[in-house]
Amino acid sequence: MKALHSFILLLSLTLAACGGGTSNESEAQATPPAMTPEEKMLAEGKGVGEIKFVELKTPLEAERVDRGKAIYDMKCAACHKLTDKRFVGPGFQDVTNRRKPEWIMNMVTNVEVMLEKDEEAQKLLQLCLTRMPNQNVSIGDARDILEFMRSNDGEK
Amino acid sequence: MKKVLFFAGAMLLIVVALYQCKTKGAATATTSDAAEKAYVAPGTHDEFYNFVSGGFNGNVSVYGLPSGRLLKIIPTFTVFPENGYGFSEETKAMLTTSHGWIPWDDQHHMSVSETDGIQDGRWLFANANNTPRVARIDLTTFKTVEILEVPNSGGNHSSPFITENTEYVVAGTRFSVPLDGKPDVPIDSYKENFNGTLSFISVDPGNGHMKIAFQVLMPGMAFDLARGGRGPSKDWMFFSCYNSEQANTLLEVNASQNDKDFIIAVNWKKAEEYVKAGQGKRMTTRYAHNMLNEETHTASTSWENEVLLLDPTELADFVYLMPCPKSPHGCDVDPTGKYIAASGKLAAVIPVFSFDNMLKAIADKNYDGEYNGIPVLKYDAVLHGEVQKPGLGPLHTEFDANGNAYTSMFVSSEIVKWNVESLEVLDRVPTYYSIGHLCVPGGDTKKPWGKYVIAYNKITKDRFLPTGPELTQSAQLYDISGDKMKLILDFPTIGEPHYANAVPADLIKDKSVKIYKLEDNKHPYVAKGEGEAKVERRGNEVHVYMTAIRSHLTPDNIEGVKVGDDVYFHVTNLEQDWDIPHGFTIKGSKTTEILVMPGETQTLYWKAEKAGVIPFYCTDFCSALHQEMQGYVRVSPTGSNVPLKFGTGVEPVQ
Repeated sequence: MKALHSFILLLSLTLAACGGGTSNESEAQATPPAMTPEEKMLAEGKGVGEIKFVELKTPLEAERVDRGKAIYDMKCAACHKLTDKRFVGPGFQDVTNRRKPEWIMNMVTNVEVMLEKDEEAQKLLQLCLTRMPNQNVSIGDARDILEFMRSNDGEK
Repeated sequence: MKKVLFFAGAMLLIVVALYQCKTKGAATATTSDAAEKAYVAPGTHDEFYNFVSGGFNGNVSVYGLPSGRLLKIIPTFTVFPENGYGFSEETKAMLTTSHGWIPWDDQHHMSVSETDGIQDGRWLFANANNTPRVARIDLTTFKTVEILEVPNSGGNHSSPFITENTEYVVAGTRFSVPLDGKPDVPIDSYKENFNGTLSFISVDPGNGHMKIAFQVLMPGMAFDLARGGRGPSKDWMFFSCYNSEQANTLLEVNASQNDKDFIIAVNWKKAEEYVKAGQGKRMTTRYAHNMLNEETHTASTSWENEVLLLDPTELADFVYLMPCPKSPHGCDVDPTGKYIAASGKLAAVIPVFSFDNMLKAIADKNYDGEYNGIPVLKYDAVLHGEVQKPGLGPLHTEFDANGNAYTSMFVSSEIVKWNVESLEVLDRVPTYYSIGHLCVPGGDTKKPWGKYVIAYNKITKDRFLPTGPELTQSAQLYDISGDKMKLILDFPTIGEPHYANAVPADLIKDKSVKIYKLEDNKHPYVAKGEGEAKVERRGNEVHVYMTAIRSHLTPDNIEGVKVGDDVYFHVTNLEQDWDIPHGFTIKGSKTTEILVMPGETQTLYWKAEKAGVIPFYCTDFCSALHQEMQGYVRVSPTGSNVPLKFGTGVEPVQ
């Protein structure tokens, strides 16, 4: 099944590549007719995993920020600093502007599959050369971490 | 290519066949489909866990069946360099006894906990034979979580056998001894001054915690093995004994004088009534009770100060003796609970006792006199029958679900299959060599899972590649699904295997713990995140709260330690992923190394003995940058004023 998906993806990419620079009509034809929901998520930069949609509220939810910081201190801070400096993994600064919230939460809760399937995650692995570990973070905890990241990026 | 392979294969078969004809030795007994039956393909799992005693190595080893693959050694009564058990500050207390700290014992028997007489896969109980103790292993973590010392005992051989709902684990002493409190008596005053005790250790059905509920005070003799009743006999525990002669020297001869020794039947329900009624004598003594707290990951010792002794010469109707020929060893209850097979090591028959007959003999007071004030039932009155000509040197018996028994024969080196009702011998197979214990999965319970019988052998001689004078011991797996037993596999074992249990993997594998949650870690020196990593000085003690995650230790630069300091490295593994342990050691460490599971904290003690810059590192290959997972401690002379500094990756904070 996985092989079939890869094949379809490859086929669509090939078709898309062929379609480059031709008329609108042929571009429309090149759009894959049956994109799976997973492929759609990946294509939209949301990553792969259980998190399909995250609703962000303004102002920030203060309790989430506090809880998120506590989890960050325990499970993330050893490798991710809050600046833009890369340590073992990338610094957190600006991450909420670089990535969609769904991508961030999927990366935190579903890292093995993300590293297998998500191109952006794979680029980070090539850069950092250490596989991000699965830190057994629940979806609720990941949401709190996201809120803390938003706060770290200056959102109010 | 295929043809060539076929040809080569055929040649090989012919050569093997010829070789077998020639030697008629070690390789003769297997059948042609043996490999297929014992084969578990790479990446697939075994059907059974086989928990095998380590004998003189003091630990329990775990194999998969039918493959015979070694899965784990569970450190129990012996220090274990692989994970620091007995060396780390957290685990040292597990080996504490009233005789002090004991690094190594002799481990013989085990029982998997049962509910309604059926294996429930919660705990494994194991005995220490030398310095008498019983351990409880948690089968979700495969860790020894509790060790209870047994007082008034001179070697805990007749243990740790259990009752039908794991109400009690028993511990019968092998050596009778003067009771604690009157230690200094002449050895030849055995008859007057020596006693045996049969301890009944209650097990809390919720958390498994053990407590000595009472000890049955017996005349001086040697208690050998035991088995709990089940079904109709569930209120009883049966023990075998030898040396009813009460010899204190040259037992080889002097304990083989009597035509019969005994199977001792203890009605523990009746004993409970006596306890409830306030009967028995409390005796002051002292014994260690060691518990591992799984939230602090730390073991501690508490001291127990008392036991309750129940004397069957004063309290009637709860202990009876059944005469049994020639120094019985195994004492095994069949799945129906109606029969007790006893194996006289020197007997020419296997007597099988009937529980119904025993009850009737008790009701009719059909006694053959008394032994030191305890009623002896008439042999003929309690007997179901004798298995005739079973072989030489019967030791132990296990059962299948079809009414058959399998008895190990040490002297004639074979397993003999017989029918429990008819007592007819049905089959026999050789073992290589000198079988001791044997095991059918669930073969000591109400519900045997059957399929295999495993022989645990004392001698291997030519069965494996030679390794000098000291050879491996071994297990042998026989398929018992048909009428005839078929040898399908030999596998080497760790230490000397005595008794073993086999449990269906399904009862255990899905409950297996993968990580310790950092959130739940209550170790007093935990660092839950690098933000909590620090170094503290308290007089001459230096406590390093260290974290480990792929691939760095924090702090990895430490200064301000002085010669003479006692340094404790409390390493918390921040990983929360399955199978990502980190290790830790420092040059010159006399407590060797520690291995820290995800979310766990373990402590390595190190004495700073001379000035210098001392390297430390992670000992478990954890990642591509494992080799980089290292650091330094600077040790300055006593009295120097180098300040305490520590950090990782940044200028050390002061």
